[in-house]
Amino acid sequence: MSKPFLSVERLTQSFPDGAGGTLTVFENASFGIEKGEFVCILGHSGCGKSTIMNVLAGLAEPTSGVVKMDGMGVSGPSLDRGVVFQNYSLLPWLSALKNVTFGVKARYRDWSRDKVVDHATRYLAMVGLEGDVIHRKPSQLSGGMRQRVSIARAFANQPKLLLLDEPFGALDALTRGTIQEELLRVWSKTEQTVFMITHDIDEAILLADRILLMTNGPFARIAESVEITIPRPRVRTEIVEHPNYYAIRNHLVQFLGKRSKELAGRASDGASQSPAPVRIDLTAPAENPEPGPQTGPESGREPRAHLKAVHG
Amino acid sequence: MQTLSVNKRAAILSVLLLIFALGAWEVSVTRQEVGVALTEYEILMGLGQPRAAVPPPSDVMIRAWEQLSDPFYDNGPNDKGIGIQLAYSIQRVLTGFLLAAAMAIPLGFLIGMSPVAYKALNPFIQVLRPISPLAWMPLALFIIQDSQASAIFVIFICSVWPMLLNTAFGVAGVRADWVNVARTHELGSLRTALTVILPAAAPTILTGMRISIGIAWLVIVAAEMLVGGTGIGYYVWNEWNNLDLTSVIFSILMIGLVGMVLDAIFASLQRAVTYAE
Ligand SMILES: Nc1ncnc2c1ncn2[C@@H]1O[C@H](COP(=O)(O)OP(=O)(O)O)[C@@H](O)[C@H]1O
Ligand SMILES: [Mg+2]
Repeated sequence: MSKPFLSVERLTQSFPDGAGGTLTVFENASFGIEKGEFVCILGHSGCGKSTIMNVLAGLAEPTSGVVKMDGMGVSGPSLDRGVVFQNYSLLPWLSALKNVTFGVKARYRDWSRDKVVDHATRYLAMVGLEGDVIHRKPSQLSGGMRQRVSIARAFANQPKLLLLDEPFGALDALTRGTIQEELLRVWSKTEQTVFMITHDIDEAILLADRILLMTNGPFARIAESVEITIPRPRVRTEIVEHPNYYAIRNHLVQFLGKRSKELAGRASDGASQSPAPVRIDLTAPAENPEPGPQTGPESGREPRAHLKAVHG
Repeated sequence: MQTLSVNKRAAILSVLLLIFALGAWEVSVTRQEVGVALTEYEILMGLGQPRAAVPPPSDVMIRAWEQLSDPFYDNGPNDKGIGIQLAYSIQRVLTGFLLAAAMAIPLGFLIGMSPVAYKALNPFIQVLRPISPLAWMPLALFIIQDSQASAIFVIFICSVWPMLLNTAFGVAGVRADWVNVARTHELGSLRTALTVILPAAAPTILTGMRISIGIAWLVIVAAEMLVGGTGIGYYVWNEWNNLDLTSVIFSILMIGLVGMVLDAIFASLQRAVTYAE
């Protein structure tokens, strides 16, 4: 089997715990992401999601292990890996447009001023920011608009890998819903590879091709990789009708509610820790008859014929 | 009428206070002159002869009118217009201040960005900072051998500290997320410093500059009283030696006005670089 586009191999990160010992956040974690894939990682606060992302972004050095993108080892930050931070990632002294051109200028150093502005304006328009608002400073924008600008800045740079750290964590539910759909629209136009941290199960199901589930730390593990067997394009109000939706959701809830604790706190004994692939598909024929006790109320339902061709 | 804005009411109150204060001053000074008859002893001793009484505000206003209608006349070393004297002082302040900024801001960047540089330089800063700038004057005069340059050095030394410390503080306080934005965009150190750290720290740096220019203006008056020759400090001292209190009071007012203008300039620069988060 060929190596995936992004491959994380035996990644270990430990910090001094402040009392003379070491705190191992995760150990020998291995996983891969395919080109064009949208992967979400779910886990409790403090389990080490941001730590993994900082390593992928090149902002932090792992204690051991390697990250390879396109077969090349990652070290240090790069324009090939764009990052959207949860907060404060816009420069408050620049207007929304200038925040985006800041990134575009860094990426395409030989472009003319007009070309940079055109490009930035186009990406701002993609997330619904047009007209006068793009000349406002971040402090004059709502939280949702600010995060739209961050997303526009990241996509405008057309990185090979886009990393998002709880990008909608600070937003109210309604705004979050709108921006999630915008993110999906921009993503489907650009075929961008995305790795996103979230703590919102419904958000992860709406957006992701695959969800990585992380146990609690220390010695957190990426225990499972759950495929989202719901066809695209997805719309929030429609996916909840899909027979797989609640099956997947219940699986995730069970994991976060119970198994993330049960599986926590074990050292790896030197073995590489890859997530177990999980595929829950009630629309598929017989080969997947018993989705297990966690899959909940939907288990007995008749599969719908028109949804059979799920995901290749 | 009842709904005058706060600003208008404050302005009216200010004018009333001014009129009241000037009136009280005028009245008390004139009464004093009438009431104080010279004693026989004073007349005999000649003490009362060129009697220097506190002049009334009307005299000061007349002097101000004379001086301001021809501020740049030059009748030799001891008789120059107020405009020339102020220009000398402002030029010294700006020279010393700009030299200090040229050193303090880059050094402050270094200290703010490197904990090692901060720890290494901190003891020196802590010892040097509390020294009164005028205490340097004898040493400066001895080493530099030039009174004008010594005055500038004193301005330099007093304005360097607020700018150094504020720059270091502002730079050290730049949000890690903003620096990470620069890193993920592969900006080099110089571009990061100029396009991210400088604008992020600019409000704090300008606060330091504003404090420095204020201190420099305070110190220049004293420094010029010591080194003599030209400048508003020398002018005040010279008029005191001439027992021309009218000119002394007038120049005190001018010192206040120029200080206010300098502060206002830096306040507007500060406003220009301040951003809301
Ligand atoms: N630089 C650091 N030094 C020490 N401990 C750290 C550092 N960064 C993260 N940690 C610890 O690693 C753990 C995981 O943190 P983080 O990755 O931020 O969690 P998450 O993003 O999943 O909420 C936490 O216990 C945190 O205290
Ligand atoms: Mg986090």
